[in-house]
Amino acid sequence: MTTTYSPAPGAAPLGRMLRAQTALETKLLLRNGEQLLLTVVIPSVLLLLFSAVDIVSTTGPGKRVDFLAPGLLALAVMSTAFTGQAIATGFERRYGVLKRLGASPLPRWALMTAKTGSVLVTEVLQVVLLTVIALALGWQPHGNPLAVLLLLIAGTAAFSGLGLLMAGTLKAEATLAAANLVFILLLLAGGVIVPLSKFPSAVRPVLEALPISALSDGLRSVLQQGATMPWGDLGILAVWAVLGLAAAARFFRWE
Amino acid sequence: MPDLAPAVEIRGLIKRYGAKTAVDGLDLTVARGSLTAVLGPNGAGKTTTIEICEGYRRPDAGSVRVLGLDPFADAAALRPKVGVMLQSGGVYPGARAMEMLRHTARLHADPLDVDELAERLGLGSCGKTVYRRLSGGQQQRLALAMAVVGRPELVFLDEPTAGLDPQARRATWELVRDLRRDGVGIVLTTHHMDEAEQLADDVAIVDGGQVIAQGSPEQLCRGGAANTLRFQGRSGLDLGALLKALPDGSSAAELTSGSYLIEGPVDPQLLATVTTWCAQAGVLPENLSVERRTLEDVFLELTGRDLRS
Repeated sequence: MTTTYSPAPGAAPLGRMLRAQTALETKLLLRNGEQLLLTVVIPSVLLLLFSAVDIVSTTGPGKRVDFLAPGLLALAVMSTAFTGQAIATGFERRYGVLKRLGASPLPRWALMTAKTGSVLVTEVLQVVLLTVIALALGWQPHGNPLAVLLLLIAGTAAFSGLGLLMAGTLKAEATLAAANLVFILLLLAGGVIVPLSKFPSAVRPVLEALPISALSDGLRSVLQQGATMPWGDLGILAVWAVLGLAAAARFFRWE
Repeated sequence: MPDLAPAVEIRGLIKRYGAKTAVDGLDLTVARGSLTAVLGPNGAGKTTTIEICEGYRRPDAGSVRVLGLDPFADAAALRPKVGVMLQSGGVYPGARAMEMLRHTARLHADPLDVDELAERLGLGSCGKTVYRRLSGGQQQRLALAMAVVGRPELVFLDEPTAGLDPQARRATWELVRDLRRDGVGIVLTTHHMDEAEQLADDVAIVDGGQVIAQGSPEQLCRGGAANTLRFQGRSGLDLGALLKALPDGSSAAELTSGSYLIEGPVDPQLLATVTTWCAQAGVLPENLSVERRTLEDVFLELTGRDLRS
């Protein structure tokens, strides 16, 4: 006659929980207008604008787009894995979403895995879009696709660690402000659009050690200059990834 | 034997936040399948206690068992069995109501029918609305639905009807009653005394981080000077014979001419004793009224009338 509420508790199979959580996180990310501005619109507009107009003189072989496309791929990774993830996770923490999910059958590591999954899905969409735009602008990529993939993954790990560290320790509003500020600073001083060789030699070693510089420089050395495997840049990203993820795991507060 | 253990068993629980002791040696046992209401002024330690049971905080001292398990060490085994409704929040601001309920259902092995549950709680019409645009009452009802959709053995509801309109409150009560009927254990905190009186098998009054009274609403309201029986009749009736028939601790007096007041444990038996005595004296008691303490009287008596900071 009526519904029965008699207990029948149990967690769903892990695979189903992971798929559901990844799908939800991705949907929410793609539905969020501010996130899309950050992850899709800004990198695309910058690629178009700086390729078409000679605002900043580029370096290296090929056309302007051959210098810019790798830099904006690096920016796309940073916008999703760092800025977007930090802001979204910061507010999820503030609104008790992480707390409530902590009481659900979903293990915490699975929640983090799902977040990574949604970041990767978004990055695939960004890479496809930026590649199409760059090719239309006459981009001629070189190099080893595996090296590109490794750089993108190492960059994602490094930026995710730093983004989650920020989201898990600061107030949501502070994360919002800081993540946007860091995004702009690294966009300008991380070799994304402006070559690092234009900066004074005194600050250059510091800038070159930034994760965004390592990622944009690594991608450029493969895609623009045809290097096989930029171990130095991969090494810098790996160190940032280990430090960032370890600190996030240690200091992240769920409430 | 975890299966025979009480739903909740707390012994000597202590929790401090810095210099402030939020929970101070609290003992509480909740029977399986029963509905226990935890009452207490703001800052009494209710939410802290519940959140320790939910595994959100570690006790500083004492033992806590939920369904026979340790909320911290056995969290993975316990989480699917326990439904949680937080006092506020808990949903992605940009998620639609039904999307979130469906998602929560997907995390469980054998969830309830989400459409039916949503309909029952009046969430059908706002299913496509994103969480941050829901009214406070809709947000509360969504949180309740999320707490029960996984068919838990035990649910913790932290102020489930705070800020609800009377219709939503009624719908919540009815769902809670049906859950209890079907064997789901429920622990709820509330500031509404009528809610505890209406729903609870057992009431625990918490103040200063301790349970200062526990029992059925019936038990808690029995006794005390506020339980009275009044009637009017002929003046000068012989109260001596009545007093002998009344239980110990009762009193009877003629306040003004022909107006009688009996104080004591007012229950059906006491009423029968009084009317039997009236019948023997050939008196028809007029304007007979009984007045019992409400849970609110008991609560204010125990926790004082001063405002809490």
